Amino acid sequence: MKQFIAFVRKEFYHVLRDKRTLLILFGMPIAQILIFGFALSNEVKDSQILVVDYARDDASRHIIDRVEASRYFEVCKEAMSHKDILSTFQEGKIKAVLVFPADFNNDLLHNNKAKVQVITDATDINTANMITNYLTAIITDYQNDVNENLSIPYQIIPETRMLYNPQLKGAHGFVPGVMALVLMLVSVMMTAISIVKEKETGTMEILLVSPFKPILVIFAKAFPYLILSLINVSAILFLSVFALELPVKGSLVLLFAESTLFIITCLSLGIFISIKTNSQQIAMLISLMGMLLPTMMFSGFLFPIENMPYPLQVVSNIIPSKWFYIIVKSIMIKGLGIAALWKETVILIGMTMFLLIISLKSFKIRLE
Amino acid sequence: MAEIEKVIVCEKLTKRFGDFIATNEISFEVKKGEIFGFLGANGAGKTTAMRMLCGLSAPSSGSAAIAGYDIYKEPEQIKRNVGYMSQKFSLYEDLTVMENIRFFGGIYGLTNQQIDSKTKELITTLGLENETKKLVGSLPLGWKQKLSFSVAVLHEPKIVFLDEPTGGVDPVTRRQFWNLIYAAADRGITVFVTTHYMDEAEYCNRISIMVDGKIEVLDTPGNLKKQFNAESMDEVFYQLARSAKRGD
Repeated sequence: MKQFIAFVRKEFYHVLRDKRTLLILFGMPIAQILIFGFALSNEVKDSQILVVDYARDDASRHIIDRVEASRYFEVCKEAMSHKDILSTFQEGKIKAVLVFPADFNNDLLHNNKAKVQVITDATDINTANMITNYLTAIITDYQNDVNENLSIPYQIIPETRMLYNPQLKGAHGFVPGVMALVLMLVSVMMTAISIVKEKETGTMEILLVSPFKPILVIFAKAFPYLILSLINVSAILFLSVFALELPVKGSLVLLFAESTLFIITCLSLGIFISIKTNSQQIAMLISLMGMLLPTMMFSGFLFPIENMPYPLQVVSNIIPSKWFYIIVKSIMIKGLGIAALWKETVILIGMTMFLLIISLKSFKIRLE
Repeated sequence: MAEIEKVIVCEKLTKRFGDFIATNEISFEVKKGEIFGFLGANGAGKTTAMRMLCGLSAPSSGSAAIAGYDIYKEPEQIKRNVGYMSQKFSLYEDLTVMENIRFFGGIYGLTNQQIDSKTKELITTLGLENETKKLVGSLPLGWKQKLSFSVAVLHEPKIVFLDEPTGGVDPVTRRQFWNLIYAAADRGITVFVTTHYMDEAEYCNRISIMVDGKIEVLDTPGNLKKQFNAESMDEVFYQLARSAKRGD
């Protein structure tokens, strides 16, 4: 154990002294999250919204006035049939539609309850979310103001609909996607490079001659990257919760457990690459081309797998990040538990075992 | 402990890579505290033989005992009792002198006290008092080699294997390096060294010269010069190496 600690301490020296490694380790995930989260989202200010007012009564007027007064929105026309709404949407000029039903005020007066519909264009999911939030906030505001003078409070229920992308696919998905990408990069590439580096510099021989067990050499080299990757997971989650306001709906413990599993999968892959290669450049190339690209292409993060030709869909099954992506997305966004994810988990465990076994086997052969 | 204790006993040790016989039935013995020069042209099979002796490579046939332990059955015991310095410089360049020493002390299982006292001793011997916090990568090559050797014997092994330890080093530094080797031998550490420098061969107690995977001669430098009627080891080596059939 003391030997192991001495080794791990040495590994941390390596990582902490290499500015480039540090930059990749911690700069990249932060940059990616922020780029995906902010740079790619649109400014909501002065969004064109369409108001369709079938009610034309006091209550609807008041709300429309408030919407118009807000700096976020520009109310453009008031008309029209359901068909027209769709066609204006398709022209892409308006970002949202606010619909008041014909008996809006009546409902409020008699039932103390009325519905209003908020329709957004969810192809740009960030904007759609923000607009929905702002509009419902305005409506709630109005409702609260009116209720001050009433004994029985009014209730205005905004009914939101996301057009074109009701399941929000591929949008919120970028956080799990970035997670898969970063872990792949850190755990596979960094581990592979750091082990191959020892081979290149000749220190691996010294380690193998020492009484330190070869298998422990491998574990001690991989261990720091497990820690660093977990720190990365925490950083990404922290940013996504506090900077992007994307909460983790499911269990945080489960999320970390699954992340650890995926990190171990990646580490095994890194170890395997390092055993099969002898130069840092080759290890890096294989990690990038062989791991990072498939992660981008086949995890479902950038391109929906369902739209791919069948053979590619089959290929996507052997990419570990695809399964991890599904798991993280389900936990973070849908709030699912292990009961719904056991299949994906078992697949990841299987992949890890397979990679570990063939790595350790080929490592032994190499010693001969 | 008897003077004649044999720390390396090698019998018909052979390594084949497919059809190629890198090391062909070599047999020899090395005594405790001896400085044993292991010579041969490039490709003669020195490194392969050495790798088998320190447990990096499994022999195809033959037997050997290192420090009294069988190389097939007790590789772990052997590892505890040998030190190794490879052709390539083998410390971590991005770690300081101190961190390197602590690391290697650590993986050899020395206690903190042992490491501390060893470190002090080593730093004074090498005169590195002002360099302990410097990265090893910033030291001149000569210092690195000396440090590398000192680290290889940090755990007081019975035998230390040196694979061309002084490549690319100036004569003065080489001389200093050999002083370290003598000091280690005086402490009872057996030194097994390969080299291409024939002046270094003269410093050894006994030398063997390998040609095409076989040990062609094995004796003291003085006897060898007599046997080949040569002025220097250079000549002895040249006469033997000329008969080699395989090149680089």
